[in-house]
Amino acid sequence: MAFLTGVPALLVLLMLLGLLGKSRPILALHSFPSLLFGTVWRPLKGQFGFLPFLAGTLGVTLTAMVIAVPVSLLTAVYLSEYAPRRVREFTKPVVDLLAGIPSVIYGVWGVLMVVPFVGHVVAPFFGAYSSGYCVLSGGIVLAIMVFPTIIHVALEVFGSVPQDLRDTSLALGATRWETVKHVVLRKGLTGIIASVVLGLSRAFGETIAVLMVVGNVAKVPGSVFDGAYPLPALIANNYGEMMSVPLYDAALMLAALVLLLVVLVFNAGARYVLVKAERKAE
Amino acid sequence: MISRRRKFEERFFKVLMLGSTVVVIGSLLVILGTVVVKSLPALRFSMLVQTPKGGYYLGKEGGILNAILGSLYLAGGATLLAVVLSLPVVLYLNLYAKKASAFATVARFALDVMWGIPSIVYGAFGFVVMMSLGLRASLLAGVITVALLEIPIMARAMDEVVRLVPRPLLDASVSLGATRFETAIKVAARQALPGIVTAVLIAFGRGIGDAASVLFTAGFTDNVPTSLLRPAATLPLAIFFQLGSPVLEVRERAYASAAILTLIVLAISLVSRVLVRKYGRHTIR
Repeated sequence: MAFLTGVPALLVLLMLLGLLGKSRPILALHSFPSLLFGTVWRPLKGQFGFLPFLAGTLGVTLTAMVIAVPVSLLTAVYLSEYAPRRVREFTKPVVDLLAGIPSVIYGVWGVLMVVPFVGHVVAPFFGAYSSGYCVLSGGIVLAIMVFPTIIHVALEVFGSVPQDLRDTSLALGATRWETVKHVVLRKGLTGIIASVVLGLSRAFGETIAVLMVVGNVAKVPGSVFDGAYPLPALIANNYGEMMSVPLYDAALMLAALVLLLVVLVFNAGARYVLVKAERKAE
Repeated sequence: MISRRRKFEERFFKVLMLGSTVVVIGSLLVILGTVVVKSLPALRFSMLVQTPKGGYYLGKEGGILNAILGSLYLAGGATLLAVVLSLPVVLYLNLYAKKASAFATVARFALDVMWGIPSIVYGAFGFVVMMSLGLRASLLAGVITVALLEIPIMARAMDEVVRLVPRPLLDASVSLGATRFETAIKVAARQALPGIVTAVLIAFGRGIGDAASVLFTAGFTDNVPTSLLRPAATLPLAIFFQLGSPVLEVRERAYASAAILTLIVLAISLVSRVLVRKYGRHTIR
């Protein structure tokens, strides 16, 4: 049993080493920075520049966070501070269901509704042309996918703020919102940041749903109405031919390694903060 | 007195909060509604019981039995493997390890970190392992990869419930002469059983819906898998591939397949809720 308990930590190490091992052939030929910031992606000519894909991932993730952070945090505040018990008990399963819907379903919905909506309504409204398969569509779909993550963690954070503090603030004449603003949000700030970072890293690695609506254009996107090609989509789309082109498999495994590293850093940081906050609360 | 400005601020944010909550609930309804409405034209009983026939991907007869069974086998196998690996870990963490031991902290931390790893990375890692073992894309490779993805989800959910088993109950068991192992299995695990079952079902739901991890590892086939070493079709990939078709009938079947997958996931979630309500009564508080 003790051995099994050590397995998760070993697995994470093993994943790092495994992916590093497989991406070594390409790292031996090109330097890591030149791969990361290279703009040309021509596997057949041996050119592997990851910049368009990194930019695509960042664009889609940031768009998603701009939508998801305010909506999720306001919902979490409402559920924890304002909502009557019945509303809370109705909403929590809804959030759980949202978390349980497979990502391919989000993708289907994105293709059916979000893409036409962005292409025919949003883009013309801003005087831009877009096919609808763009950064904004990816961001909208992703935003909904990370709602549950942020809401869940934020609710736990708000729940750990002592009731006495709220009562004191209310007794001093502060309104409810003022209490939230000055007491609950301030007290829970690190936890809230952690919830956002966890949401961010979830968005960062999401594959299928984004791949279906984002257009997969290997260029640095100039606006939210341009197509993009995020890193996870690159890996998923090319697994078929990667064995037939030299270094291609190494390049894709390097892409997976980069994803893993970014997500590990984000997650480890957020979890560290949350565990520390939990200790303090006890 | 509350000034008008403060009153306005209070109202303003309350409206924003209500609006946000409506957006969250509305998203779920709109997604489910869209999938159901769009699936109706193509949803046939024959889809559930037939495998793809010749010309299926051009709009001819057939169904997605291969993917439905493939997904059930795959998620079932992965969940079984994940239970075998997670349950001992969770029991160890809560009954054997000291509460603040560095080992337990590291193990929980590793599970948390694993929880955050994207499924495509599990897919890539599964592929690396598969290649180094000389395996081909198969049900077995898919099962192992999806089990890795499910372990952190399952173990964390189990940990939450086993942690809540009252200490005096465990002490009583030990003081009656039971070994720690007996206490773990007969008292802690039984006491937390509804929560454990929920954890298993949540992980199963995740496993059956994940596409990125099986893309590299499970392959795809029009046949129902008959062996662990053969490739297996999965529902998410069936949806994904059919949606990419230029033929309208095939795309409509993608919507229908999406409705089937959604129904399976919803049913699992419903069952877990009912189980908790039904068996939650027997736990000692």
